[in-house]
Amino acid sequence: MSKISIKDMNLWYGDFQALHGVSLEIPQNEITAFIGPSGCGKSTLIKSLNRMNDLVEGCRIEGDILLDGKDIYKSNTNVNTLRKDVGMVFQQPNPFPMSIYNNIAYGPRTHGVKDKKELDEIVEKSLRDAAIWDEVKDDLNKNALSISGGQQQRICIARALAVQPEVLLMDEPTSALDPISTAKIEELVTELKEKYTIVMVTHNMQQASRVSDHTAFFFNGYIIESGDTRKMFTNPKKKQTEDYISGRFG
Amino acid sequence: MEETQSKFTQKSQKRKFEQFGRTISFICIAFIVLVVLSILYFVISKGLSTFTTDGVSVIDFLFGNTWRPGEVGENGAPLVGALPMILGSFYVTLLSAVLATPFAIAAAIYMIEISPKNGKKILQPVIELLVGIPSVVYGFIGLTVIVPFIRNIFGGTGFGILSATMVLFVMILPTVTSMAVDALNAVPRHYREASLAMGGTRWQTIYKVVLRAATPGLLTAVVFGMARAFGEALAVQMVIGNAALVPTDLITPASTLTSILTMSMGNTVMGTLENNVLWSLATILLVMALFFNILTRWIGKKGAMKK
Repeated sequence: MSKISIKDMNLWYGDFQALHGVSLEIPQNEITAFIGPSGCGKSTLIKSLNRMNDLVEGCRIEGDILLDGKDIYKSNTNVNTLRKDVGMVFQQPNPFPMSIYNNIAYGPRTHGVKDKKELDEIVEKSLRDAAIWDEVKDDLNKNALSISGGQQQRICIARALAVQPEVLLMDEPTSALDPISTAKIEELVTELKEKYTIVMVTHNMQQASRVSDHTAFFFNGYIIESGDTRKMFTNPKKKQTEDYISGRFG
Repeated sequence: MEETQSKFTQKSQKRKFEQFGRTISFICIAFIVLVVLSILYFVISKGLSTFTTDGVSVIDFLFGNTWRPGEVGENGAPLVGALPMILGSFYVTLLSAVLATPFAIAAAIYMIEISPKNGKKILQPVIELLVGIPSVVYGFIGLTVIVPFIRNIFGGTGFGILSATMVLFVMILPTVTSMAVDALNAVPRHYREASLAMGGTRWQTIYKVVLRAATPGLLTAVVFGMARAFGEALAVQMVIGNAALVPTDLITPASTLTSILTMSMGNTVMGTLENNVLWSLATILLVMALFFNILTRWIGKKGAMKK
């Protein structure tokens, strides 16, 4: 079952067309990976899914993106609610310069949770879900910027989970991290798919093959091929896909 | 072998050149330090001679509320209480900073967060222009516009702390604003993105994330504005009325350290008590300037530690 359907979507930054006729189904409670060389449009597409592209000047979109069957680019869409439902984790760990607790509580507070007990519960649950509770439970008042990069990234995941999203977008979440932290995040992502639909941009093909259930291969703003990860990595249908995943370019 | 050895032991041309450059910059720095130290020495030694040569007690000077240099009180001690000016200086500084801060932060938010285009095109040049206007012009405008305005509303002469505050408010506003702009500009983009991506509105993002992250920078901006207000002489002197009385309200003539200094310095003879106490006032100004300087450094360090 599709959580998100992208139908014949074109996207321009000013005069430059970054996405050409992209169509893709993103299934619920599974991990979809976007792969492709730099500048191929994979980050552009993931940022369109929670309308973060709205912040880019001159960005124009045609076509439909449906979340649970509803067009998210309709004029009456509440962008803040959309972004609450479709959470995002960025490439660089970007916790706010405040305590770990306040980082996690930021989202719920923004959406109107005031009760201290309820916030405590949300913070603990989110940190547990992000598999970092045991490491930071005694340091909740510590500044989130004082912990390691890998921990910071899991704090950011916990922060995204705290507003109870349905979809989690991850834009190269491990590219700034060391191998051990990367392994932890990958493990975490596989656990998270039970509750969330996950879309992940990655530069790292091994990561895509290890973690994802579905893969879409992007090139020059087109989706060249998409489908079941195992099938695509063992038996790509297109020549370009094969060249890319076998490391001949990219 | 010998040749190589000498090549490595002898100073090369480049090394000599480098040393030359280093010497020149050292001389320049030493000169600047020397100038600053001699000014400090001169002002402070002159300022202290009020207490050493003329035997005025420090307490009487700092907390005495009668300023009539040249006259002696009932107990025979000279009447050189600087409290009226010290209070006057602090009042105008604090009031103008309190008044300017919200405007400056609001303007900075507009320029960085809300409309960077208009901000750069319209506000930026206006602010730069405001910085460049000489203080005598501000004072003149204050004298012809603000003083009569206050007189019409509150009665009295119109001179006083309120008028000085208004003039200083306009004078420090551009300084505080442009520093607040720098502070907001320095907030990394990804903080904003993280907040927006969680469904925070623009206002929530500005209020809870951007302003928070920029707090040390904003405080520094305010302190810089205060330093400027504290040290401003001419414009204040033109509108405050220059009555060396402990200020009881905002609309009667008062005075500041700087205004009394500029008023009196031409009318005293070097080496007399009347002259020395002016140097004592200057010493207070100097110490305060140092204090503001240390304060901004301290805020900067605190902010850096948090990040």
